[in-house]
Amino acid sequence: MSEQTPMVQFKDVTKIYKGKTPAVSHANITIKKGEFCCFIGTSGSGKTTLMRMINRMNSITSGEVFINGKNVNNLNPVDLRRKVGYVIQNNGLMPHMTIKENIVLVPKLLKWSQEKLDQKAKELIKLAELPESYLDRYPAELSGGQQQRIGVVRALAADQDLILMDEPFGALDPITRENLQDLVQRLQQKMGKTIVFVTHDMDEALKLATHIVIMNDGEVVQDDIPENILQNPANEFVENLIGEDRLAEAKHDTVQVKEIMLTTPVKINLGASLKEALSLMKQRNVDTLLVTDDDDHMKGYIRINRLEHRYHRASSVSDILESDIYTVKPTAYLRDTVDRILKRGSSYVPVVDDNNKLVGIVTRSALVTLVYNTIWGDTDPMSSAELSKHQKDQVTKGADDDHD
Amino acid sequence: MSHLNTFQQLLYYYDHNGMYVLQQFLRHFLISIYGVLFAAIIGIPIGIFIARNHKLGNFVISIANVIQTIPSLALLSIIMIVMGLGVNTVIMTVFLYSLLPIIKNTYTGMRNVNANIIDSGRGMGMTNWQILYMVRLPLSLSIIMAGIRNALVLAIGITAIGAFVGAGGLGDIIIRGTNATNGGALILAGALPTALMSIITDLLLNLIEKWLQPTGMKKEA
Repeated sequence: MSEQTPMVQFKDVTKIYKGKTPAVSHANITIKKGEFCCFIGTSGSGKTTLMRMINRMNSITSGEVFINGKNVNNLNPVDLRRKVGYVIQNNGLMPHMTIKENIVLVPKLLKWSQEKLDQKAKELIKLAELPESYLDRYPAELSGGQQQRIGVVRALAADQDLILMDEPFGALDPITRENLQDLVQRLQQKMGKTIVFVTHDMDEALKLATHIVIMNDGEVVQDDIPENILQNPANEFVENLIGEDRLAEAKHDTVQVKEIMLTTPVKINLGASLKEALSLMKQRNVDTLLVTDDDDHMKGYIRINRLEHRYHRASSVSDILESDIYTVKPTAYLRDTVDRILKRGSSYVPVVDDNNKLVGIVTRSALVTLVYNTIWGDTDPMSSAELSKHQKDQVTKGADDDHD
Repeated sequence: MSHLNTFQQLLYYYDHNGMYVLQQFLRHFLISIYGVLFAAIIGIPIGIFIARNHKLGNFVISIANVIQTIPSLALLSIIMIVMGLGVNTVIMTVFLYSLLPIIKNTYTGMRNVNANIIDSGRGMGMTNWQILYMVRLPLSLSIIMAGIRNALVLAIGITAIGAFVGAGGLGDIIIRGTNATNGGALILAGALPTALMSIITDLLLNLIEKWLQPTGMKKEA
């Protein structure tokens, strides 16, 4: 159904602060359900103003904003804001309330029963990946990153479908910021929320967004999916915002994991005996095996040293299985995963599809080839198809090197 | 009596007029409390109201500042012309003097609440009323209390002067001492409890102020 009602729709929206040039002029944007939409631009470009018109924190000078097909000007602003999650920079937690009181603030305004509030608080602290004991603490006792985690899950407390985030991670250090970006991305994908995210950080936008709106001087310069923006920047402003480095990488950035993965990983069935496992390792000259069930679902991996330790005590592969394994999706972009794979230090990463079926592996040597091609790509230009073919050859060679 | 030194005279006085001093102490205290209480009832809402508007706030506070500059004896006399002699005149004076610290502190307290916190409260769908009693008031309560403490200590001093217009209180004893020959002991008999009252009130309200400080903010310091 392409005729689904959009989550948020701006129709010719203009905002003029008293006696100034328009902060936003004639914006027309459609944000579909489940999208992660980033508004990006320099400071003063009107991106925050635009976002704040969605929940009527800023009034609308002319034009119309619709949420779920309803004009926001016809809704009671207080009711509207309780239905829309809101996360701001510096978390905005109430310093005099405990974490628990902070988390369930909106449900409390909606007059939920006490048991329901308690239950929701526990559920949300788990989502924030913090221990339950934190519920009784005060915001000042938490680190900045932990506070913002609370700020994020608080916006989910009343099961809001739409969440507005105003540069939520601007004040955090890079490592904490990355962790929180991961958290938001996971939550968004898991719960299917629509997120409108204001940022001035292009890396952040490219990492998170499925839809990017670029603003300059109150006007929408480009409104598209990230890939198209990288491939076809609308004008010089957009090019500058993206940066030369990213533009140079852009052609390689569209390489997906499935294009460079090795499709014949060394794997073994969950029920196989250790003897079979050992002989397979010898035969394929590797020290680890990926373990799958009968339908190729990824279960974990086994290692030679563990196999050696337990050889006489354990009988089947499932007894020495280690399941804490990092996987990637075949449709993931390499630009998102390359750093992490390299940082984790394992020699390869299994690739699983949406049903957790093992479809291949990405080896470190394949990534090395990719990085090599990114750096030398300009002097030795190759078409995308040639590139991935070339890499596959390298992968096969590299995989053997890596496994011994 | 002249064979006793000042200190012995003082003890003699307390020994014979203990109940009277206690009565005056209580009366003195109540006059101060009433004045401050009325000022709080009027001043806190005014402070909250003017916090919404910076210009109005400056205007109201400068008026309260002008009242503060009038010497207490002069203000007492002016009010006496209108209200006559008696307790009510003193309570009115205390009321007027207490307005400034209470309004000023309420205003400052309200204004000092982090704009970010207000914004997030509004963004989560709090009504103006909810923002006031769930966010602004709890966060500024201890500052408001500091204003009340200032006002009350000031009020105890003003009430002592109030004895001139026949309000009674510990000031009565002091004035009697200044009128008598060799009245040093009498002056002390009135002045010591007054000072004591000021100090104890100050300490006590200081404790309350600390207690009212939001738990989450205390740990920050």
